[in-house]
Formats: sequence, C-alpha cells, structure tokens
Amino acid sequence: MTDLLDLSLAEAKAKLAAKDISSTELTKAYIARMEATSALNAYITTTPDKALQMAEQADARLAKGEGGALEGIPLAIKDLFCTEGVPTTAASHILDGFIPPYESTVTTNLWNAGAVLLGKTNLDEFAMGSSNVTSYYGPVENPWRSTDEPDKKRVPGGSSGGSAAVVAARSALAATGTDTGGSIRQPASFSGIVGIKPTYGRCSRWGIVAFASSLDQAGPMARTVEDASILLQTMAGHDPKDSTSAGEPMADLSAALDQGVRGMRIGVPAEYKVEGLPEEISKVWQQGIDWLKAEGAEIVDISLPHTKYALATYYIIAPAEASSNLARYDGVRYGLRVDGDSLAEMYANTRAEGFGDEVQRRVLIGTYVLSAGYYDAYYLKAQKVRALLRRDFDQAFETVDAILTPTAPSDAFAIGENEDDPVKMYLQDVFTVPASLAGLPGISVPAGLSARGLPMGLQVLGRMFDEGSVVRVGRALERAADFSAVPAMVREG
Amino acid sequence: MSLDKATVASIANLARIKVPDDRLEAMVGDLNAILGFVEQLDEVDTSGVEPLASVTGHTLPQREDAVTDGGYQARVTANAPESAHGFFVVPKVVE
Repeated sequence: MTDLLDLSLAEAKAKLAAKDISSTELTKAYIARMEATSALNAYITTTPDKALQMAEQADARLAKGEGGALEGIPLAIKDLFCTEGVPTTAASHILDGFIPPYESTVTTNLWNAGAVLLGKTNLDEFAMGSSNVTSYYGPVENPWRSTDEPDKKRVPGGSSGGSAAVVAARSALAATGTDTGGSIRQPASFSGIVGIKPTYGRCSRWGIVAFASSLDQAGPMARTVEDASILLQTMAGHDPKDSTSAGEPMADLSAALDQGVRGMRIGVPAEYKVEGLPEEISKVWQQGIDWLKAEGAEIVDISLPHTKYALATYYIIAPAEASSNLARYDGVRYGLRVDGDSLAEMYANTRAEGFGDEVQRRVLIGTYVLSAGYYDAYYLKAQKVRALLRRDFDQAFETVDAILTPTAPSDAFAIGENEDDPVKMYLQDVFTVPASLAGLPGISVPAGLSARGLPMGLQVLGRMFDEGSVVRVGRALERAADFSAVPAMVREG
Repeated sequence: MSLDKATVASIANLARIKVPDDRLEAMVGDLNAILGFVEQLDEVDTSGVEPLASVTGHTLPQREDAVTDGGYQARVTANAPESAHGFFVVPKVVE
C-alpha cells in the first residue's frame, strides 16, 4: 500500500494545498485500492472515470491557488444519496436502473467544495438494518477479522456498512452515511472509525432516499474526529428545499476540537448499564469515564428513566414513516415494474418482488400501526413516549454538557448471526436509538479492541445543535485512546 | 393482541404487497414477534403527555405561492418503466 493512503483527510488537505501531492495521484491510489479490496462488496457502483475527471479539475483549481474546503479529496457516498447521472439504488431491487436527474443537497455541498466522487457504497436495503445483510446487492464484509475465528467474515454494522468498510479498508479517504436509529454510529463502532450523527435538521434531507423522515439525518464517517468535523462543516447548512432543515448556526468545529474537556460536566446514564452487557463493553465505557476524568472533566451520574422504551418506540415510528415514504415505489415513475392484469395487481407484484423481506416486514408493521382503529394505540402512543424520552434528555442536559455511553452492545458479529429473529437484530440499536428519537447529535469514536481483536466504540451525545461539544469530547477520547490499530488487510497492504 | 393470517393478508393488501400463501405463515410469526416487542409501551403512563412529532420545535416555513421549479417533462419521465408522449403509462384502468 502506498503512503498516500495513510494520510488523514486533514493531512491530505494540507499536502494538496502545498502542492506536495496532486489530487490525481491521490485519486489514482484510491482507485487502485478500491479494485484491490473489491471482495469486501462495499461499493455498489464505482466511478473511476468520473473521479479522475473531478480530480483533474480540482488540480487545476489548486494550481491557481483556488479551491474549496475539500478540494481534491476522494470520497465515497452512501448509495442513498441521489447523484445526478450516477445510478442510485438504496440497495433495493425496486430501484433497478434508476439514474437520478438531480443531485442531493449534501453531495452538492461536497462537490462545490471540490471533493471527488469515488463511488456509491453498499447499505442495508433502504437503510433498514444493523448489519448490511439486507442489501439486494449482498452483504458487505468488515475488513476486520477476529483473532479467535480469523476465517469468519464479519458484518461491518449497518445500515451505512459499505461506508464504514471503505473507510476502514482505506478504499476511500472518508465517506457519507445516514443515521435513522444508529446507522452511522454502530457501523463506525464495528469498523474502528469515527462517525457523527448531527442534530436532526443539520444536514438537508433533500435528495436522500427517505426512510423515516422525522429521524433521518446525514453525517460523516472518517478516520479521525478532525476529519469527520471537516466533512460535517461542509455537509451541513440550511436548505430551503428541506422544510425541516435547521437554520441554527453551527460552531466552527475545527476550532472547537482541541479545546479540551476541562471543566465540562459529562453525564453517565444508569439505564445504559443494561442486563447482559458484555464485560468488555462495560470496561471500555469505564475506561472512557476515567480518561475524561483525567482530562479534567467532571463525571456526573444521571438518569434517563424511559431509555428501556426507546427501541419499542422507534420500531413503531420508523416503520410507520417508512410505510408512508415507500408508497412511492409503485412501478410507474421509476425503477422496477412487474406486470399484472390490473393496475392494483401491477403495484402488488412490483412491491412483492422489489422489496426484500425486512423492508416488507417494516412496511406491513407501519401500515398496521397507522391503520384505522390502531393509530391511537400504537402510533400516537409511541409519539407520546417519544416526548418523554426527549424530556429525559432535556432534564439531563440541565446539569451536564455531554453524555458518554457505549455505542453498541457488542463488537462485530459474523455474517449470518442475529438473523433468526428480527427483534434480536433490532437490539443492536439499543444505545443509539434514544438520541435519534430525541434528535440529538452524537459521535462514535474507536476506544479499544475486544479480547478477540475487534474494535469497540464509545458514543458521546450533546445538546440540540451543540455539535461543538460532541467533537470536543470525542477528540479528547480519541487522544486518550490513541487508537492506532488497523485491520490485518490494511497492515499487510 | 396477535395477528392472524387473514389480518396480515388484509394489511398486505392495504400496503399493496402481494404475499403468497406459502409465505403468509412466516410473515404472521415475524409481525407478531415485532408487535409483542413494541407492546411493552402499554406500561408507560402517558396521560397528559403531548405527542412529539417535531424534535426541533420549528414551525414549518411558508413561502410565496409561486412556481419555483419545473418545465422539464423529459427528465421527469426519463426513469419511467414505460412512458409515451410525455406521460407515464400504466395498465388499463377503465374497461
């Protein structure tokens, strides 16, 4: 492997600006790496020709001393963002052949800043999953293998599994993800990288294939907290095309990064010490507490009493919104059509063949909880519990500046595990879902390796619109953890 | 409560997803597992609690009622499985 691939985004940015390297060189190195790691199945579509074209244009701007915040930086984009002229699948059969005639706002922001598109990454179908195994294009393999079962392929987490895998395998410098209930943070934890879910409304949802509109939020996935912060600064921003897009100003994250945590109050919620939590996860959490204490933060025990109801709330609200959003896939305007004798039969045949099992389950659950006679008992009830979950956080943030928890209840499991019962897979999101329901920003930072040599992440949650504190605490953890481990496939090149 | 085959078939019809008879049984099992899991919300006292629909507390913005986009019929129909004369084509709905 060439040294170019070892550069962080911040380092590459500095070298590009100083003309020590060119975007074309950097992009070529990543294209070669994408080919060498193609067995991971992390990309659905690669765009090497487009990448070289964009790199050439970036080099021309850099030569003139111009260029945006991401000039010449090669990125991977989760295949849930619409990209003009480049197939966009949402990892679903039902979007067969769909080529968007428009570009999502988030990716527009990235290209306007000079970034280079390497390709579109694999994901769980319509972002519904925690392991990337529900993809129509097949599962993604995590670049990490465990030391006890080195022959077993493991999941990269999900739903942004492809984005996590390409960052961990160094086949992209960084990537975009989306997070509805944990889909950036959990795969970041499983793959030993950094992922940020910003505050709901921070990044425009326009042009992102919709799953659950009151929860969906785009964010960066990268090797370091600094890299993720640079990326988020460009992705975020108010967008009139998304009516829920927020106008609140965001802190200068690069400036917030190294302010340290001295004097900050960090909450540790009692309810996250769930029954059956693996000893190793508890230990890494305690380690995180000790690190922040040593850096001068004050640790405060807090209570978020409705935590245990978050998953049940989520698995009513998210499917309800999904059943409504996915009504648009009808075989008429784009994607797959399976013929039938009548219009209604054509719809039903198309959706039966086009949607995978998990998507069908969620659409049916969503349809049921919204149907006449059950709406109040399920959907309205869930919205009320959602209000209580939010109240828990509001009260906690009266006394603390940020909250520290584990990101996921396990390290990366093997492909094929946790599939016998849909609810078992849902439990993967136990620590990430509450903040999603409340709309809060969160980060996952790699904190250590489990006994079997797999990464484990810690999660930091902040107040609404306070990404500054989130990256500040995240950076302090990163510095203390000094996580430098890489998967064997990266070490061996 | 738990769903039976007839109810699941009727939900599938509402959702316009054809679920063949040989898959109905498995789907009933999966959906009941999920519903069994979410029904724990019944334990929570939510009397007097306002439902939360928007986390930011923003009111939806309004804009002038004017055309801001459009005028590209060919792009709109470019991805259609079947189109003709600038329209989407569907199976015949009127006999």
